[in-house]
Amino acid sequence: MTELLKIDNLGKRFVGFVALENISLAVAAGERVGLIGPNGSGKSTLVNCICGTLRNDTGSVRFDGHLLDGSTAHQRTRHGLARTFQLTRPFVGMSVLENVEVACFAPRVRHEGHARARAHAMLERVGLADKATSLVDVLPYGDLRRLEIARALATRPKLLLLDEPFAGLGTSEIQPLADLIRELHRKEGLTILIIEHKLRELMQLAHEVIAMDFGEVVATGVPAEIVRHPRVVEAYIGKAEIGESGGALGAA
Amino acid sequence: MRSPLFFLICLIVGGAVFAAAVALGNDYYFFAGYVVLQYVVLSTAWNILGGYCGYVNFGSAAFFALGAYSTVALHRLYPLPIPAMLIAGGVVSGVVGFGMGYLTLRLRGAFFAIATLALAVVLETLIVNWEYVGGSRGAYIVRPETIAPFGDYIKYLFLIMMLLAVAAITAARVIERSRLGYGFATIRDDELAAEASGVPTLRLKLIATTMSGALMGMAGAPFPYYIGYLQPSSAFGLDYAVNSIAMPLIGGTTSWVGPLIGAILLGSLQQLATVTISSAVNLLIVGLLLVGFVIVAPNGIIGLVHKYLQRKPDDFVGRRHVDAEAPDRVPGPAP
Repeated sequence: MTELLKIDNLGKRFVGFVALENISLAVAAGERVGLIGPNGSGKSTLVNCICGTLRNDTGSVRFDGHLLDGSTAHQRTRHGLARTFQLTRPFVGMSVLENVEVACFAPRVRHEGHARARAHAMLERVGLADKATSLVDVLPYGDLRRLEIARALATRPKLLLLDEPFAGLGTSEIQPLADLIRELHRKEGLTILIIEHKLRELMQLAHEVIAMDFGEVVATGVPAEIVRHPRVVEAYIGKAEIGESGGALGAA
Repeated sequence: MRSPLFFLICLIVGGAVFAAAVALGNDYYFFAGYVVLQYVVLSTAWNILGGYCGYVNFGSAAFFALGAYSTVALHRLYPLPIPAMLIAGGVVSGVVGFGMGYLTLRLRGAFFAIATLALAVVLETLIVNWEYVGGSRGAYIVRPETIAPFGDYIKYLFLIMMLLAVAAITAARVIERSRLGYGFATIRDDELAAEASGVPTLRLKLIATTMSGALMGMAGAPFPYYIGYLQPSSAFGLDYAVNSIAMPLIGGTTSWVGPLIGAILLGSLQQLATVTISSAVNLLIVGLLLVGFVIVAPNGIIGLVHKYLQRKPDDFVGRRHVDAEAPDRVPGPAP
């Protein structure tokens, strides 16, 4: 399989504080990859460097054959790299439909039929079609997450980057959203990178998991390996008897 | 409504206002009307950047003055007809708007506003020290008494400002309904999310500062002919900066209607106050109204109307129902 996203030796520091150091990872086309790590491990910084919200100091980000260093966030979106935000960021002055319509104006997708019709199709895909005309400030949190996904889909991404999609959701909302993510992966052929705190949900969703701690990648592997990996266990619950805590994490 | 039709209707309304002013047969109406129309253009221009994109510009007076001073400079070189001056003023202020945008648009909120204020101070200092356009003494522009076929020159100026206002309003309305307008709105709401949705925020902001600046410059270009004697302190006056913010805020910033209503209302009120009380009371009126609106109707007159229209009868009954029940929920002695 070809590598859709490739990061080499990426580094980022904030005035003396090393947020990311020597990050190298690759996401193959068609995969569902998870990215985990405790608070402050540099996940969000990495996401921001990938998406162009922050500029990496060293190293490089390649996506779909393009070198992304130096390009702005909207240029990256136009290459097919779409993201959602951990804290949802809807355009509050607009209706649900308009929120998605805006993303349909991007040049690469502009000619694919009428923007409004496409926006409607996206809302249908995420199950928000019946709320198309509501204002976003009356939407429950779970729907805002779906709206973020619809908006990202409207830019017709190759890679969908979900920043903690389950954060703040109740258990009854998580399962349907996980199903939606699986469906998008299957039906649209999307490559998906999920940053998540909720390990159980992530382990069920991801083919491969990348674990971070202190601004570095500490482990990469299939979920079953990752939950038993000593560095991951150490990152989450400190140094302990590996057998015991590994088991505890697996059952978490 | 399609934009050409809208433009036509605006033209007809403008023509009707002109005809009415002619019918009234008093030149004062042209002098007063010119100022009101000038504010329609200024506040519409301000709203393109301030209302649509959410970037508050405190330097409107600078763009206005630049338009006026490019007319003074050109007039000394060769007195072109006013429409040509209008274009020149628009180009000068547009270029400065673009430059300002490029230098400051990485700033947000209060920092951007302060930068625009600084720009106004810098430009005023430059003009004060530029002898060719009169420096601090100011410049006299002798305008012809009459012009064919309009008769009095003020009628001609009034008509030009009317056309400019119609053009500005039509442009604002076109922007509002276009992809550009959507892009502006996403910038106002959330720039990070806008970028993530593929909106080229920096480019759109530059378009907004350029358009807004150019329109303000065009509003200022005929001003030397109107006033006859242009001084830096009058061209860079606080009135322009304050009014072009206050009028859209009072009218409502989300639509082209807001600045129009605000400018007509506040502009007329000021003209009325000038002749009945004194010209010094103008800014006081603006200040008081602004404070009032910020408290009572933060979304301006448009916001008030929307709120009123959206309050369906059910809602109203529903709310009263809750109110009626409220006393029951007062904690009483336990049963």
